[in-house]
Amino acid sequence: MTEFFQTYLGEGFGWFVAHIILILLIALPVMLIMALSTWMDRKVWAAMQMRRGPNVVGPIGILQPFADGLKLFLKETIVPSGANKGVFFIAPMITFVLALVAWAVIPFDAGWVLADINVGLLFIFAVSSLGVYGIVMSGWASNSKYPFLGGLRSAAQMVSYEVSIGFVIITVVLYASSFNLTDIVESQRGNMFGVLNGNLFNPLLFPMAIVFLISALAETNRPPFDLPEAEAELVAGYQVEYSSMTFALFFLGEYMNILLMCALASILFLGGYLPPFNWEPLYMVPGIIWLFLKVVFMFFVFAWVKATVPRYRYDQLMRLGWKVFLPLSLFWVVLVSGWLVFTGHYAAPVAAPSTVEGSGA
Amino acid sequence: MIQAIVFYLFASVVVASALMVILARNPVHSVLWLILAFFNAAGLFLVIGAEFIAMILVIVYVGAVAVLFLFVVMMLDVDFTAMRSGFTRYLPFGLLLGLVLAVELVTVGFFWQFGDLAVQARAAPAPGPTLSNTQAIGTILYTDYIFVFQMAGMILLTAMVGAIVLTLRHRPGVKRQSVAAQNARTPANAVSMKKPAVGVGVDTGAGVQRVPDEGGVR
Repeated sequence: MTEFFQTYLGEGFGWFVAHIILILLIALPVMLIMALSTWMDRKVWAAMQMRRGPNVVGPIGILQPFADGLKLFLKETIVPSGANKGVFFIAPMITFVLALVAWAVIPFDAGWVLADINVGLLFIFAVSSLGVYGIVMSGWASNSKYPFLGGLRSAAQMVSYEVSIGFVIITVVLYASSFNLTDIVESQRGNMFGVLNGNLFNPLLFPMAIVFLISALAETNRPPFDLPEAEAELVAGYQVEYSSMTFALFFLGEYMNILLMCALASILFLGGYLPPFNWEPLYMVPGIIWLFLKVVFMFFVFAWVKATVPRYRYDQLMRLGWKVFLPLSLFWVVLVSGWLVFTGHYAAPVAAPSTVEGSGA
Repeated sequence: MIQAIVFYLFASVVVASALMVILARNPVHSVLWLILAFFNAAGLFLVIGAEFIAMILVIVYVGAVAVLFLFVVMMLDVDFTAMRSGFTRYLPFGLLLGLVLAVELVTVGFFWQFGDLAVQARAAPAPGPTLSNTQAIGTILYTDYIFVFQMAGMILLTAMVGAIVLTLRHRPGVKRQSVAAQNARTPANAVSMKKPAVGVGVDTGAGVQRVPDEGGVR
């Protein structure tokens, strides 16, 4: 598509127009799916609590998220008089924009990726590590006690669990020998005796998949790790002072982050856009459908956990992060790299990178 | 031309936000400006094609170090008037420090331009067609510079252990959670089954209103 626009609009401007269109092609469906995911979330909890969930607006309540969005849009934006105005308004924007930006490097199918950079995984890791700023800044700028406590909690929590996520990512990268997400997906093609696609089925990486799932729950502030917004003790944590669209941006950003973590889990451990079995007829189904199904499955797991597990206490959360996950994942990095060297995984010369990012010259 | 525009965009934002770090009245704003400066420095790395270093800069400095800065500064109760009062007293020393830094920068720039450094040494080295930047850094870091790399790691470890040793205090009388003890509890030693007769009940002391005594806590 880039070439098509470049032939008609000149090289530079054509590239620009093509990428604007590509960005919209990614961002709009992602936001639509995000809206539907809130509906799915509520439906799953409702089913687990033997309720019916949203069922009034539209068939089986599927238009509920749009009604909620419209309601939030029409509400009045209230700014606390003691708030630090600039930071107060920048915080939700940061949360929302960062949640959207990371989708640039997600491969939706073979070659269907906006920015095929060779440090794609590091990019996602960097963006998700920035996500804490939205929460910390909102907590501080609200100039109020509950948001401040929520912001501090979330800062400590997200920094703690990022460490173990980093080590989990390293174990996967050791297998794939690349930070490029497409390479990571391709490295899982038939990796278990040519039958199964996905690192999840690798006994050496399976424990890391579990660690990643739990860390992802903590990283996205989902139950049982939703300490920053624990309603029983902090009312709604950092979101207390936000109303109308500023609240909506937080809400959207949070769900988009959850979807991103689901997509990342699918790419790292479930084989991304590959079908679960390395069987020729399954490749007839487009890869984006497989990725979508895997993301929906992961999202179901997130909702399932939320509906069934009670909230952690804060010291237990820190204990799990630093005293259990950190040593475990650190040990696992040593174990995996040792195993890979022992079995001659790197005997072949280092593969040429599939893409070399230009310096823009 | 695009590269020059992008470079000047990032560079000017870095300089402007670095200025705001020292000009901002609110310390939290200073840290936020510092984060913006870090972020745009990562952008500068991207412009010269060092994508790995750019991402690591964002992950390590913006994602971890600056969060801790912000964390600490937010919790400090900073008195602005006390901070302003020392301004004139420290001004000469600050000016001297700034002057030294400026002279050093000019010297480096001068030798970079007119010294006998080879021209190719100035340009960013290309890792070669078969290696990505990440692999190139890895191959050189874990072979030629392994000793320096491990030394750096050991120094950091020593610093970390030292910080923990300096701040760790075993306060007496703190109730700690013993997860093993909790998990070891079974119904046999935690629950007692009683079969009271009708109208008699079981006196566990739970339903009795006790007069609060000096200790207060049971």
